[in-house]
Amino acid sequence: MERGIFYWIGFLLQEFWPNFWKGTLITIQISVLGTVLGFLLGFLIGIFYSTPAHPNDNTAKKILLRFEKALCLIYVNVFRGTPMMVQAMIIYYGLRTYGVAITSFIAAILVVLLNTGAYMAESVRGAIHAIDNGQFEGGKAMGMSHLKIMMSVVMPQVFRNLIPEMGNQFITNLKMTSVLNVVGISELYFVTKTTANIYYKYFEAFLITGMIYLVLCTLASQLLKLLEKKMAGKNEYEIAAEYLVQ
Amino acid sequence: MAIITVSHLSKSFGKNEVLKDIDFCISKGEVVCVIGSSGSGKSTLLRCMNLLEIKTSGTVSFHDKEIGGSQRRVNEYRSKVGMVFQSFNLFNNMNVLQNCMSGSRKVLGRSKQESKTLAIKYLKKVGMAPYINAMPAQLSGGQKQRVAIARALTMEPEVLLFDEPTSALDPEMVGEVLAVMKELAAEGLTMVIVTHEMAFARDVSDRTIFMDQGVIAECDVPERLFTNPSNPRTKEFLTRFIAS
Repeated sequence: MERGIFYWIGFLLQEFWPNFWKGTLITIQISVLGTVLGFLLGFLIGIFYSTPAHPNDNTAKKILLRFEKALCLIYVNVFRGTPMMVQAMIIYYGLRTYGVAITSFIAAILVVLLNTGAYMAESVRGAIHAIDNGQFEGGKAMGMSHLKIMMSVVMPQVFRNLIPEMGNQFITNLKMTSVLNVVGISELYFVTKTTANIYYKYFEAFLITGMIYLVLCTLASQLLKLLEKKMAGKNEYEIAAEYLVQ
Repeated sequence: MAIITVSHLSKSFGKNEVLKDIDFCISKGEVVCVIGSSGSGKSTLLRCMNLLEIKTSGTVSFHDKEIGGSQRRVNEYRSKVGMVFQSFNLFNNMNVLQNCMSGSRKVLGRSKQESKTLAIKYLKKVGMAPYINAMPAQLSGGQKQRVAIARALTMEPEVLLFDEPTSALDPEMVGEVLAVMKELAAEGLTMVIVTHEMAFARDVSDRTIFMDQGVIAECDVPERLFTNPSNPRTKEFLTRFIAS
């Protein structure tokens, strides 16, 4: 008698759950680490990129600023303009042939990080532009340096406005890690493929994996929504009664 | 003794010359109001004094020392010369108290406790102390402007520059902001005020400047400037203002 889909799903889960579990963990590790580090890189580059040249700056500083900006531009263009899979091949196998051997785990994180950084850099740059110039002028008029204005006034606002974008990026990364199986890292997709091969049960095995991805992405988006809510602050404020004049 | 001296100041935006060879100084305890039609260069003059606009030529001096050169010196100067904007420019990510403490903590390096004490002292003066927990978005325009004044005062500046502080407010709110400014004037704070409030300018200023097409057309005590101006342009401007 032919056994049904649900039998095989149950069977695969029962027999191979440790594989799925390990694969899921690795997928989470790569995407969380890669995304968080990528955000940091993106924020740094976004800030660098939007540093205004000051007319009082000396020539050396102006040239350095130009050089930094050119470097940022090249980086963003290269990583947005090439497929993640190609980058993974170059970073893992390519570097290996020239004696730079990194583990596939590090290579995977590096690829996710550099990609996220490139996309985030552009988003951060846009978000900084969107901040009202009055916020900068308010700080300047008090004597704050550009860095202080950025750190205490502009970036907190930029960060809050970018949470939805960060959510997008994180979810994309969760799914995009599946292409990193080309460097032989046993993340969720890779694990599923090997598991499915044993009994030729592709439909069932990938149905399980699809569900896992779906759950991960839903959880991630809920978490970010929670963060967004928390960052938005309260709608009401309390009157400081001790300062009320009778 | 002049605190700020502006000499031969010119400013062009492209080919458009907005300020032409301005000479002007402000002494301790003085209240100077700058009036004039829109586009006459009043705000640009004020912004040049705080180096928010970069002058084309001329000098701005603070206690007879020219301001410019390194960014550090510019920032130090700005910390001693407060500015209140038309659009308030409160920091949207901070509540009222944090707004007022920010400069004191981050620029002057005062302790948290000292900054808080000072912030509350000045928030009380402008009548906004009960609102320390509010975010700027939760306040009315007049309240925002009073907080902005308190924020500038917390830096304890030597001079306070006002760039049309009531122009973005409805008539009822104008009153509450002007009342605060009148009180400050009475206490002897040195102020330069760009304004369209003629009655206010006449009442509080020690000297009134009338600007027209990028030059100081007339500078006199308000008693004379408002009742018996010597420049025909001043007369024209004032009649139109009184008529409207």
